[in-house]
Amino acid sequence: MRRINSPADLEGLRKDILSKRNRNKPCITLCSGTACHASGSEKVAAAIEQEIEKQGLKGEVDFRRTGCHGFCEKGPIAVIYPEEICYLQVMPEDISEITSRTLKEKKVVDRLLYVDPNTGEKATHESDIPFYKNQERLVFGPNRRIDPKSIEDYLAIGGYQALAKALFEMTPEQVIREVKGANLRGRGGAGFPAGMKWEAARNAPGETKYVIVNCDEGDPGAYMDRSLMEGNPHSVLEGLIIGAYAIGSHEGYIYVRQEYPLAVENVGIAIKQAEQCGFLGENILGSGFDFTIQMHRGAGAFVCGEETSLLMSLEGKAGEPRARPPYPATKGLWDKPTNINNVETWANIPFIINKGADFFTSIGTEGSKGTKIFSLVGKVNNTGLVEVPMGITLRDIIYKVGGGIPGGKKFKAVQTGGPSGGCIPEEHLDIEVDFDELAQVGAIMGSGGMIVMDEDTCMVDVARYFLAFLADESCGKCVPCREGIRQMLKILTNISEGKGKEGDIELLVELSETTRNASLCALGKTAPNPVLSTIRYFRDEYEAHIKEKRCPAYVCKELISYYIDPDTCQACMICLRKCPVEAIVGGKNQIHVIDQEKCIKCGTCFEVCPPRFGAVKKISGEPVPPPIPEEARTIIRKSKAK
Amino acid sequence: MKARSAFPPSYGEGAGTGIMARKKVRTVAMDGDKIDQIIDKHQGDASSLIQVLLEIQSENRWLPKEALDKVSEKLHVPFNRIQHITTFYKAFSLVPRGRYEIHVCMGTACHVRGAPRVLEKVQDLIGITPGETDLDLKFSLETVNCLGCCALGPVMVIDGEYHGKMAPAKVEDVLKNYD
Amino acid sequence: MSKIILQIDEKKVEAREGMTILEAAHSVGIFIPTLCHHEKLEPYGACRICTVEVETHGRTNLIASCLYPVEQDLVVRTRSEKVDKTRKMILELMLAHAPDDPALQDLAKEYGADKNRFEKEPSFCILCGLCVRYCAEVKKKNAVGFVNRGIRREISFIPEIASKECLNCKECFSLCPTGALQAAFVLTEALAFPPPPSEPVPDE
Repeated sequence: MRRINSPADLEGLRKDILSKRNRNKPCITLCSGTACHASGSEKVAAAIEQEIEKQGLKGEVDFRRTGCHGFCEKGPIAVIYPEEICYLQVMPEDISEITSRTLKEKKVVDRLLYVDPNTGEKATHESDIPFYKNQERLVFGPNRRIDPKSIEDYLAIGGYQALAKALFEMTPEQVIREVKGANLRGRGGAGFPAGMKWEAARNAPGETKYVIVNCDEGDPGAYMDRSLMEGNPHSVLEGLIIGAYAIGSHEGYIYVRQEYPLAVENVGIAIKQAEQCGFLGENILGSGFDFTIQMHRGAGAFVCGEETSLLMSLEGKAGEPRARPPYPATKGLWDKPTNINNVETWANIPFIINKGADFFTSIGTEGSKGTKIFSLVGKVNNTGLVEVPMGITLRDIIYKVGGGIPGGKKFKAVQTGGPSGGCIPEEHLDIEVDFDELAQVGAIMGSGGMIVMDEDTCMVDVARYFLAFLADESCGKCVPCREGIRQMLKILTNISEGKGKEGDIELLVELSETTRNASLCALGKTAPNPVLSTIRYFRDEYEAHIKEKRCPAYVCKELISYYIDPDTCQACMICLRKCPVEAIVGGKNQIHVIDQEKCIKCGTCFEVCPPRFGAVKKISGEPVPPPIPEEARTIIRKSKAK
Repeated sequence: MKARSAFPPSYGEGAGTGIMARKKVRTVAMDGDKIDQIIDKHQGDASSLIQVLLEIQSENRWLPKEALDKVSEKLHVPFNRIQHITTFYKAFSLVPRGRYEIHVCMGTACHVRGAPRVLEKVQDLIGITPGETDLDLKFSLETVNCLGCCALGPVMVIDGEYHGKMAPAKVEDVLKNYD
Repeated sequence: MSKIILQIDEKKVEAREGMTILEAAHSVGIFIPTLCHHEKLEPYGACRICTVEVETHGRTNLIASCLYPVEQDLVVRTRSEKVDKTRKMILELMLAHAPDDPALQDLAKEYGADKNRFEKEPSFCILCGLCVRYCAEVKKKNAVGFVNRGIRREISFIPEIASKECLNCKECFSLCPTGALQAAFVLTEALAFPPPPSEPVPDE
C-alpha cells in the first residue's frame, strides 16, 4: 500500500480498489473472531482453502476471513456472497458440500440454515434471522464485510472518509461541536458526554496533550470491545485520529489487555498499515496535522480499566487510581491534559462525522443517543454480541433478539454493568435501555455486559461472586474499598454457607454506604451495587439463606443436599460409577442411595442421571429423607416380572 | 503481614510446596543478553517497565529474580517498585510455570453456567489452586475473567486449545489428552 | 498564586490556589483527623479518615480533604452526621486488624467506634503506607514496599536492602500508627536477611 497524499488521492484510490472488485464474484466469508475460533473456525478455514484448491476454484472464488458477526452461539458462521446466504455452525466436513452446491451450483444447503425454534421456519439471509432483524448494527455491522487485516477492505467500505472530512472540511472546534451535538455518551460505563470531555481537554492549558483508547475491557462476561478491536481496528484508529485533531493532541496510546492476543495482533497490523498509507505520522493526508500512536499492553488488572489507574499503568507503575480533581482532561498522562475514551466510543466517531450529529440523534432516547453494543450472555438462547438502538426494552433484547431462556426455564434477572452494576428483575423488563433509566432501577449501563439469569441462579451467590472478584481486583490502597469489600465478602460467604445471622443484611447496607461514599475511585464506589440491587429485589432469597438455611435456587453448596428419589431411580449405575468419592451405594437392580457423610456435593450425579429418569434431586432447607431400608431397594422390572 | 520476602529463594521453593527445595531444581535464569535486548528495544525508558516485564515473561514463561535485578539496574527502577508490579499484575509469574497452562474462565456468564464446579474438579484432579503449578511442572492453573466465548460456557483453555461446554464430569477426560 | 476564599465549618477561610482542604483547615486551626498523612510526604489518600463533606454546584459529596484542592466558594463541613458515620465505620474496619492500638483507640472513643464490630484478623498493618513512602521520598532507600493487591495487599521489606540500611536508620518505626512495622522488620530479619559473607552459601 502506498502513501496517500490528499483527500482526492484517497477517493481515487478507493475508486480504484472498488473497480477491481467484482460484486458478483462468488466469495465465502468466515467469521474469525475469538468465539468462532473457540468453536473451531481454524479448521474450517483450512478446509475451505483446501477445497478451493481441490476443486480448481482458486481465482474464481474469494475467501475472506472476517471479524466477529456477533451470533457467537451459532458459530462458526460462513456467509456466501453475492447471494448473502448465511450458514451456521459450519464444520470442516460441510465445506465440500458448500463449495459444490452453493458456490458452484448456486443451491442452498438447507441443513446449515438458521431454523426458528418456535416456527420451524428457515432463514437464508443473515438479515432474516430474528437475532439480527431486531438489531441496528451501525458500528458493529462492518465487521462481517471486512478482513480486519486488510486496509483495502476498510477503504472499500468507505474507511477514512470521515478523517478526510474532519481534517479538510472542519475545524477542530467544529468537530467538537458535532460530537457534542450528537450527545455521544461514553460507552465504557460511566456515560459521560464525550464532547464535553474533548472540549475540556482542548481548553486545558498546555502544548502537549494525549488521547487514549481504553481497551482494558474487564467486566467478566463482556467482550464487545475485543470483537471491535479484532474485527475492525481501523474504525477505532480513525475515531482516535479525528479526536486527536479536535483536541490538539499529537500522541496517542491504545491500551489493550494482554489477554486479547488477537486484538493486539490486529491493532498492531492496522497501525503499521495506517502509517504506510499516511493516515498516521507527519502531515496526514497533506493536512499538516501530525499524529502517532503507540500500543501498550495491560498486564492483567481489572482496575486498570479505571482511567486514572490506566494512566498509572501507562507510566509503568502499579495501577492505583489517583484522586480526582484534578481530572485527566487537565492533568492526565505525565500530568498533561489527556482524553481517554472507550473503544466503542471512539468507533462511533467516524460514523458521527460522516452522517452528522442530526442523524445520530435521530436514534435513541432523549438522554441516550445512538446505539449500544451488548454482550448478551448467560441463560439465554442466542448468546452473542448485539447492537441495538438506545430505547429498546430489555424484554425485546432478551426475548426478540436473544430468543428467550433455554430449557423452558423461568427468567429471574438480567445483570448489567458488571461488578459496578445491578440485577434487574422481571418487573422492570419493560424499561428502555437508557443510561438514566437503568440508573433509576439500581443498575448501570456499564460497558455492555448483559448477563441473563434464570430460576437456577442464586442471587446471594451472584452478589458474593462479584465481591470475590473485586476483593482480588481492587488495588487495595484505600480502606473503605479494601476493608469494606473484605467484610462484605465475609458476610456474604457466611450467608451462603448457612452461617448468616439476623442483622447481616442491615450490616451489608451500612458497609455499602461507607464503601460507596468514601472510596478513592469508581471501583470502590460502585462495588456495593450488586449487593444493594440484589437486596433490593431479592431480599427474600437473603432471608431464606439466613433464617431457614435454605437456598431457593439450590446453588449454595453448604445449603443443599443431593438425594436420589427411590420412586424414580432405575438403578442404571451411571451416577454410582461417576461419583468421584464413591458415595453412592447400590447395584444393578438396587435403588441407589447417596451416603450424605461422604457426599462432597460436586453435582456429578445430578448431571449424569439420564433426563428420562431425573431421579437425582436437590434438597435445601429441610432434612434429607432417611434412606429406605435395604430390603426395599430391589427394583422389580415389569418385563422380567412377567 | 508476611515477614518473608515476596520472592522465593532461588531454589524455586514457591512451586506449591517445599518439595522443590528438596529436589534442588536449578531453574536457569534467562540469558542476560536477551534481557538487555528487550530493554534496549524500549529505549531503556523506565515507564516501559511493564512492557519490558511482559516480554521477559512471555519469552521465559516466568520472571526469575536475576532477571528482575537486571531490569532494576538497567531501567533505574527501585526494586520495591518491581516487587509491587510483579505481584500486582496477574500476567507475571515469579515461579516457573508448567508445560500446560490451564485457564478456567470465571466470567459471569460462565459462572452462572457452573464454572466454579469445573474449577473445583480441576483443582481436585491436579492438586493445585489457581496461581500454582504442580510438582512435575506439568500443569499451571489460572482463572481468567471472560475469554469472550460466553456462548460456549463454561470454558477452559489449555495451551491455547479451547474446551467449551465443560462440566465437572468431563474434566478428567479432557486432562487425559495432555501428557 | 491566586487567592481563593472558601467556607469551612461556617468560617470564611482564605487560601491559595493549589492548597488542599486539609492545609486550608490547618491554617485556621480547624482540626481534621488523619492517619496516613505526614507533612514531609506527598499526600496519599489511603486511610480516608480525613473525609469531609463538600458542597459545590448544589451537590454534596464526601471527599478526602488531604487531596481535594481548594475551590472558590466551596462549602466544607468537617463534621456532620454523614462524616461521623463514615469515620466511625472506617475506624471499625481498621480496628478489626489492630484492635488494641492506642492511636486508633483515641479516635475510636471520639466517634463511638466498636472494636468488636467485625471479626478480627489481627494483621496489625492498616496499610497507611507511611513506612513505604518515607523510605522512598525522604530516605530514598526503597527498602520496603507494597506487594500484591486487593485484600491481599501487604508491606514487604527487601532483605538485600534492609539488611544494609535499616539497622542504622529505623526512622520509619516511629511513624507506624500500629507498631506493625517493628514486628514485620524483626521477622524479615530473622527469616530472610541474606546470610553474612562468612557463612558458606548452601549449594547443590
